[in-house]
Amino acid sequence: MRELRLEARNENLDRVLGFLEEDLEPLNCPRRVSVQLHISAEEIFVNICNYAYKDSVGMALIRSEVIPATETEPPELVLTFIDQGVPFNPLEREDPDVTLSGMERKIGGLGIYMVKKRMDQVTYEYRDGSNMLTIHKRIAPAGDQQGENGSC
Amino acid sequence: MLDIKKTMEEGKLTVTLEGRLDTTTARELEESIKPELAEAHSVIFDAAKLQYISSAGLRVLLATQKTVNGRGEMVIRNVTNEVREIFEVTGFTEILTLE
Repeated sequence: MRELRLEARNENLDRVLGFLEEDLEPLNCPRRVSVQLHISAEEIFVNICNYAYKDSVGMALIRSEVIPATETEPPELVLTFIDQGVPFNPLEREDPDVTLSGMERKIGGLGIYMVKKRMDQVTYEYRDGSNMLTIHKRIAPAGDQQGENGSC
Repeated sequence: MLDIKKTMEEGKLTVTLEGRLDTTTARELEESIKPELAEAHSVIFDAAKLQYISSAGLRVLLATQKTVNGRGEMVIRNVTNEVREIFEVTGFTEILTLE
């Protein structure tokens, strides 16, 4: 397991994505899945930056773990985003209406919606004063048919 | 990192994007095109080299579309498969004009 602890500020987004990339490179992650994971990491981290600590700056901890492939399943990346901000379960938020016209459209909630749609599993837990949001994604290597088509 | 190139021709603003349209760079794009957007009747985004777009980027595209609505059109050209998938999952394929 690896960990990255940093201030929850938007300026630190590149560090978060760099941390993610260190996991993805050795897995030969297909571009499409890499984009999905980058978006998910960004949306979750930026939500912490913008909302968890209200007007102050707090810390965020990101844990990553790669569960090795089995005979039937490709490796799985598990990322957990932890903050000590106000308790908030983003999974309880109502999904945005993605069928509205351009003029009626609102962006709120779209980030976490993309995370829910594109990750294999997303779980939330509030424990010991911490919000813990965990995403799971199986990563079949690029070139592998399962990887190109993916599970989503 | 996002590289933004702009050309304005007879009220038509063309914006070529290269890199990532994320939380950080979406603000840069918004600020960058603001002056031209005040005058443009149409906007074309060339997304051939756009690798990635997050909800912050979608917000800028939607705001741009709303701005030009009524006086012209907004078109996004040469969208990569990865970016198209983001538009599809968010329903943006229905509200944007992709070429």
